[in-house]
Amino acid sequence: MKFFVSSIMIALLSFASCLYMPWWSVAIMAFLVNILIFQKPSLAFLSGFIALFVLWTIMTLYISSKNEDVLAHKMSLIILKTDSPFSLVLFTGIIGALVAGFAALAGSHLRKATRPAVQFKPGQASDGSKPSDA
Amino acid sequence: MFCMRFIPFLVSLIITILLIIAFNTTWLLPAPLGKLLSPQHGIWQNAEPADANFNATLHFPGLIGKASVYFDERLVPHIFAENDADGFFVQGYLHAKFRLWQMEFQTHAAGGRLCEVLGDKSGTTDILNVADRYFRRLGMVYAAEKSLKLIEQDSSTKLMCDAYTSGINAYIKSLTASTLPLEYKLLGYNPEPWTNLKTALFLKYMSFDLAGYETDFEYTSARNALTKAVFDKMYPLVQDSADPIVPHGTVFEKAAIKPMAPYSADSLYFTFRASDTALPVEPQKPDKENGSNNWAVSGTKTKSHYPILCNDPHLGLNLPSLWFEMQLHTPNFNVYGASFPSGPGVVIGFNDSCAFGFTNAGRDVRDYYEIQFRDASKQEYLFNGKWKKTDFRIERYKIKNKPDFIDTVAYTVFGPVIFDDKYAGRSKDGKNYAVRWKAHDPSNELRAIYDLDRSKNYLDYVRAARNFHTPGQNIVFAAKNGDIAIRAQGEFPAKWKRQGDFVMPGTDTSYAWQGMIPQPENPRMYNPSRGFVSSANQFPADSSYPYYLGGSFPPYRGYIINRRLTQMQNITPQDMMKLQTDNYDVFAEFARPLLLKSVGENDLGADIKKYWDILKTWNLRYDAKETGATIFAVLLDSLRAVVWNDELAPIQNYVMPYESTLLEGLLKDSAYQFLDNINTPQKETLHDDVLLALQKALPVLQKAEAENRLEWSAFKDTRISHLTRLMPLSRTHLDVGGGTHAINSIKPTHGPSWRMVVHLTPETEAYGVYPGGQSGNPGSKYYDNFIDSWVKGEYYPLVVMKEGSSNKNVKWVMTFDNE
Repeated sequence: MKFFVSSIMIALLSFASCLYMPWWSVAIMAFLVNILIFQKPSLAFLSGFIALFVLWTIMTLYISSKNEDVLAHKMSLIILKTDSPFSLVLFTGIIGALVAGFAALAGSHLRKATRPAVQFKPGQASDGSKPSDA
Repeated sequence: MFCMRFIPFLVSLIITILLIIAFNTTWLLPAPLGKLLSPQHGIWQNAEPADANFNATLHFPGLIGKASVYFDERLVPHIFAENDADGFFVQGYLHAKFRLWQMEFQTHAAGGRLCEVLGDKSGTTDILNVADRYFRRLGMVYAAEKSLKLIEQDSSTKLMCDAYTSGINAYIKSLTASTLPLEYKLLGYNPEPWTNLKTALFLKYMSFDLAGYETDFEYTSARNALTKAVFDKMYPLVQDSADPIVPHGTVFEKAAIKPMAPYSADSLYFTFRASDTALPVEPQKPDKENGSNNWAVSGTKTKSHYPILCNDPHLGLNLPSLWFEMQLHTPNFNVYGASFPSGPGVVIGFNDSCAFGFTNAGRDVRDYYEIQFRDASKQEYLFNGKWKKTDFRIERYKIKNKPDFIDTVAYTVFGPVIFDDKYAGRSKDGKNYAVRWKAHDPSNELRAIYDLDRSKNYLDYVRAARNFHTPGQNIVFAAKNGDIAIRAQGEFPAKWKRQGDFVMPGTDTSYAWQGMIPQPENPRMYNPSRGFVSSANQFPADSSYPYYLGGSFPPYRGYIINRRLTQMQNITPQDMMKLQTDNYDVFAEFARPLLLKSVGENDLGADIKKYWDILKTWNLRYDAKETGATIFAVLLDSLRAVVWNDELAPIQNYVMPYESTLLEGLLKDSAYQFLDNINTPQKETLHDDVLLALQKALPVLQKAEAENRLEWSAFKDTRISHLTRLMPLSRTHLDVGGGTHAINSIKPTHGPSWRMVVHLTPETEAYGVYPGGQSGNPGSKYYDNFIDSWVKGEYYPLVVMKEGSSNKNVKWVMTFDNE
């Protein structure tokens, strides 16, 4: 549930922030959401990754279909050296996903480091890689 | 350990920051992929919906009154403004809305500033030296500044430019990171404010393109290597096949100026075979075939008894297109046609009374003088026996990701010293050459456009044309009252014979231009009895014209146009469209019989014979599917090389003699002296040369056939490239015919850039097409949507709209006011 809520929040806040701020504001949103809503780091990464992958993929799919893929054909040739609008859509999604994923991870780790008592037993706080509550 | 707890956080934070840097800059990756691909900021924002809605209500305090713009389904705007200034404001706004990147890029090129956006090298191209320094040292900015002064002294053109610039800047101010044109995002920079100087720079760029073709160094090189007799035959001053713009037999008034060659010319200038010193090589040249066709037929030759005017300017074909189609209506004028994004007004078009069009005059208005500086400091140069002080212009080049480069250019009485020890094109001769170029003289061609757009009759046209100085143009005219006219318009230096064909001594005034040909003496025609006027870059007049014409004048398009127009009667606009897109090659009509006669079929091997048979039955047309056209073109190239290469070999930097020179030589004399290879003991004949040419052409043809490229369109392979030369943004492998000497002069990257046919009936009936689209955005379906029609030789009706909303074809409406 937390995963679901935080993914949705990251996606919505990223969309809103990009109306006014540069594209990398998606990282700030993913970071903040994961400070606010604590999840274990692996899930945090996934929530940021999926949120932006879905957001950017759906947005570009929508834009490109309205455009009848005119630009995506050309740009996929320039950026990916292959004529594949869909690859460019996926590639776009992955770029956003990577940035948001790592920002979410950073948020989760910060939360974990500063407020270990809330979710973790002492001694496990600094080791985010150990799946303590899996 | 407190700090240890933060390590995972810090590691993931650093990864995030590195990713952002990698995807937001070009420090780690070649492109800022995040910035580019963000759906809300990057290139996806330029993916215009196929059903885009261009309706808008816009408010700008810079406007005086209101304006409405009706767009038709081809995205052609029809501007209705309450006054002239608002009309030009809206024109500037719309040019910028659809073509801003192109406008800035073109004017950056003209002003020698491409390094700022492309860096000093782009691929293998040395942008700094081949483009930027060349244009600045040619004096492009210097020339634009001088002309701008004149433009701004004239209240009409000042109003025109000021309003136009405000309109562009109103659009630039409205841009955000998301709405920036695609190319800015790809190249990573932002537009700067427009200025009137940029408009002046664009006009100078057109001067370079149309009045900048130069062979002075090549001719000097040839002079140094050849005897006078040989030189004059290889680079003759007259053409037998020329059918000049004003016909043979025209009587000219006595020349008001009689330019005299200096006494020293024989010893200092006509120094044939005298030396072989190295000479600079121009780092770039405009296309020598920057030509065009225009003609007007009077009512005596048309079915409707009203005149028809036609024009198709042949220029480099690029995307976004050089032209932008529009109608511009104010209480003072109503003009429709092709405009230049970067300049106000309509350049080739028609109004409610008349129509006008241009072809290039091709005269030589650019010459070189060798300057003697007193010492390496270049502070003084020898002029008329004294040391004269040099002016200096310091040129600063901002270079992307590099420190600025500073270049000091010496200016003399002749003009800027373009080539010297610091800059010698692609050669290293270290001598100093100043360039005298007519485009350096201030002139206000915008005033000509301003007046043409609103001219009502022949006299208005004559008055308007007078302000057109450089580039010289053959301006054609037709009016609804039945008048037709043409004039070889421009301010041209009056030269003695062969003046400026070679580099001239620059130590005194004796080799300077001695005056300008008075404009009334320019060749012209008004309502001739033959019922038509025409031009296709051929000689404006024959040798009875009392001035030396110099320059470059391809004869064959003019010849075939005049032949056809003479034959035609009851002409309709549809006939004119057929003529404009005609692929018949009259050069081949003259040349093929000579070739066929020269060789017996028994001399040919079976592999050559196959192509020979196709050539024999070729219909002399450069149609897309013709294989005969390919065979003829390859054989002719091969023959030219066989004939000329022996003579050209000792010339360090040459231009190949014109095709007309070879053909006319052969027509006059079957034992043409140049057929002989001067490096062999025996004497070669046309028979030998054609056989050798066939042998050399054979592998080319076989390769083409093996690659399925024997059909003319595949062999020629016409493409329309984006200005960045990014191929995915270009249109390549166009299935289109046409050739150099055909009226439909489509070459690989060059051709009819706007075709227009205007029938001057009471309600104007006009047609046009250009190889591009109204939008400069590669993400718009209006980017290249005219190209297929252009390839097929189809035209669109150019519909003049009326004020108010009663027009049928209005698809979108944009309104402008100052609230």
